[in-house]
Amino acid sequence: MTTATHDHDHDHEHHGPAKGLTRWLYTTNHKDIGTMYLWFSFAMFLLGGTFAMVIRAELFQPGLQLVQPEFFNQMTTMHGLIMVFGAVMPAFVGLANWMIPMMVGAPDMALPRMNNLSFWILPFAFAMLTSTLFMEGGGPNFGWTFYAPLSTTYAPPSVTFFIFAVHIMGASSIMGAINIVATILNMRAPGMTLMKMPLFVWTWLITAYLLIAVMPVLAGVVTMMLMDIHFGTAFFNAAGGGSPVLFQHIFWFFGHPEVYIMILPAFGIVSAIIPAFARKRLFGYSSMVYATASIAFLSFIVWAHHMFTVGIPFLGEAFFMWATMLIAVPTGVKVFNWVTTMFRGSMTFETPMLFAICFVVLFTIGGFSGLMLAVAPADFQYHDTYFVVAHFHYVLVPGAVFSIMAGVYYWLPKWSGKMYNETLGKVHFWLSFVGVNVLFFPQHFLGLAGMPRRIPDYALQFADFNMVSSIGGFLFGASQLLFLYIVVHTIVAGKPAPAKPWEGAEGLEWTVDSPAPYHTFSTPPRID
Amino acid sequence: MKLQRVFIALTALLISSVARADWTLNMPRGVTDISQEVYGLHMLTLWVCVVIGVLVFGVMFYSMFKHRKSKGAVSSNFHESTKVELAWTLIPAAVIFAIGVKATYTLADMYNFEESEVTLEVVGYQWRWRYRYIDANAEQEVSFFSSMSTPRDEINNRLEKNENYLLEVDEPVVLPTGTKVRFLLSSADVIHSWWVPALAVKKDAIPGIVNEAWTIINEEGTYRGQCTELCGKDHGFMPVVVEAVSPEEFEQWLAEKEQAAIELAELNDREWTFDELMERGEQVYGSACASCHQADGSGVPGAFPALANSPIAVGPADGHLDIVVNGSRGTAMAAYGNQLSDADMAAVITYERNAWGNNVGDMVTPVDVYNFKAGE
Repeated sequence: MTTATHDHDHDHEHHGPAKGLTRWLYTTNHKDIGTMYLWFSFAMFLLGGTFAMVIRAELFQPGLQLVQPEFFNQMTTMHGLIMVFGAVMPAFVGLANWMIPMMVGAPDMALPRMNNLSFWILPFAFAMLTSTLFMEGGGPNFGWTFYAPLSTTYAPPSVTFFIFAVHIMGASSIMGAINIVATILNMRAPGMTLMKMPLFVWTWLITAYLLIAVMPVLAGVVTMMLMDIHFGTAFFNAAGGGSPVLFQHIFWFFGHPEVYIMILPAFGIVSAIIPAFARKRLFGYSSMVYATASIAFLSFIVWAHHMFTVGIPFLGEAFFMWATMLIAVPTGVKVFNWVTTMFRGSMTFETPMLFAICFVVLFTIGGFSGLMLAVAPADFQYHDTYFVVAHFHYVLVPGAVFSIMAGVYYWLPKWSGKMYNETLGKVHFWLSFVGVNVLFFPQHFLGLAGMPRRIPDYALQFADFNMVSSIGGFLFGASQLLFLYIVVHTIVAGKPAPAKPWEGAEGLEWTVDSPAPYHTFSTPPRID
Repeated sequence: MKLQRVFIALTALLISSVARADWTLNMPRGVTDISQEVYGLHMLTLWVCVVIGVLVFGVMFYSMFKHRKSKGAVSSNFHESTKVELAWTLIPAAVIFAIGVKATYTLADMYNFEESEVTLEVVGYQWRWRYRYIDANAEQEVSFFSSMSTPRDEINNRLEKNENYLLEVDEPVVLPTGTKVRFLLSSADVIHSWWVPALAVKKDAIPGIVNEAWTIINEEGTYRGQCTELCGKDHGFMPVVVEAVSPEEFEQWLAEKEQAAIELAELNDREWTFDELMERGEQVYGSACASCHQADGSGVPGAFPALANSPIAVGPADGHLDIVVNGSRGTAMAAYGNQLSDADMAAVITYERNAWGNNVGDMVTPVDVYNFKAGE
């Protein structure tokens, strides 16, 4: 097979990338587009991270020191929006673009022109969203969950730009998802049956269906806001016969599957890395697939657990509590499978493995607090406190973000043809690991002690843990500059990497050269 | 050497902060039967998680130490077992079922709103709470606003912060112990959420919707909480303070408040002098207007207009009445028509027209306010 690829490269050498800026503007190549998605998401990660630094700096001590409450609210809102829609989601799409065609033995994505479009509208969406910070009345200040009527009747004028930006992001995600589904279902190499696909492909297939199902719901809810604000409707305005609670139902019908959109691909990455460094096949492949599908299904019937305090009736409350607790079962199955994969393996601990193991541990801690939050009576105490902030940051940062970093270290040799510096990678890991725990673990205590989220200033009993948390935040934030350095250093000055730099790695992507040629698998490989 | 000194300094800082610190780790048990039950559920779920965590991570760390390549470990070949998969699906499901049953009973208790003896209406406003004791037999219902009383100078670090920084109000809500109190919650503008951790009561106050909650407080004391739903600029500055007293004390307090309410209603009918209005107006301004328009009437550029020398405040009285009574649509300026009594409205408008260099010289009386509202 490797030979076949080589021949093919020689045939197509004149088909290399175009030169200059137009290469990136006009490209329909999945690798180029994947690269752009990844760099874009990293830029957004730094921007959203900067906003987080402002938040943590203001919360370093009680009292208002650096920013006023109006601006603080804009920071929390923009931090959430940019991290969710600008950093985590595009990073996963970037990984999908790079890896899915190579993993299923396809020459490119199924819809390459749409691929170009779905990337290139993103920078405009985020430029517009960020520009609201400079508008009169400021940017969105109503939280990333933008509950009406704070985001409608009481919103700053820039809310209209926010709505437009969300529409563009939604369109981009839907196009990306359609592309991924079409690629996976139509372009697998002969012999690659569904149950032979790598788990990253499986988890992305399921994620793509989630995206197609719920992004239109998000588009719907922001359109209803637009109508309320500019065209005199009253979907969410009680005075006109509407209901602010309707907003929350629609938002969370999108929002809960959205949470899994940000974690399922992470499961796929970790399921590739742990077997590679344990030198042992993934335990329970088919149960992993079924567990992922169950989690995806359940994600549609748990949305109101975000709304336990809005006054839904007892039976509704009980239903959503039970359905939510049920999610712990398939999630537990996945964790047990990863641990069993490591058990009696032959492990080494290179940077991707360190991030992957850290993912398993800290994501599970986030899962535990998720189970606690699911218990409705107790949720009355946790809801909208720092306990919730700690919970979702544990699943999103050492969860989703660490899995992305693990994936970057794991596949960077394939992308760039160069090896990263292992020592620096490990330093980056340990700094991030310590930083993230110092940052988020104390927030559990803050929430239990009674500190509400989204406040710019707090009572004195919360002072100490906030200071600890801020110190962790600064450490974690600074460590990510090291990550940038490591990646750039690898690309510029890394040592050449072999086609398969990891002894235990499995999959078609390791059968092509490093760096992966501009076109791979023009002739499909055969899988037996 | 230098590093060592930094290290010593950091350690000293850490020790000193530990010494004076309040490192509360856990949820309070609270002072109601429900809050104790909730605490029990919280601890139960926590310990279940800890046990599962120790088992799972125990196995994981065991293999991370034992099954490393550097120790010569050779990987096994097993990769499937339906029995094991079934076991770790069914056992966690059973554990979760047990927690779920216990939680459902507590939840049902929390939803039993019947047989309450006192009904308290809680209405959220940007950024304070209004409490009303609903009693059809009262001659004059007791109703008042409860706003944060922490001085802005403490927030802006010009004064040392007091013990109850951000958790103190000008007028706490008073409730009797050992009595079932039902809360009816709603909002006048955006969504707020009324939370007192010691009572394990948190319910959203939503415009257009009336939510229910209840409590029976077992111990006398002062219990503090906060708004827990982002409600705009001063979300962090709308605390809840509940004063729990014996039923006798509560009856007495309520009777006094009722008497005061009757007297307050009479204020609307009496004659006022300019100086009296100015004096009362300054108080009303401080609690109702100053958080946005600032104590010196200078406003916040770009967000809240200045009142000093503003066209409305020095223009015709009708225009001034209109914006305060009806609010300004599409801005943060709320309608105060139902929030302030006619006397307070007259006082605050008179004050605004004649303070901080504004010198209109006229005075708006409660009768003017009454006529303005009636004429609409």
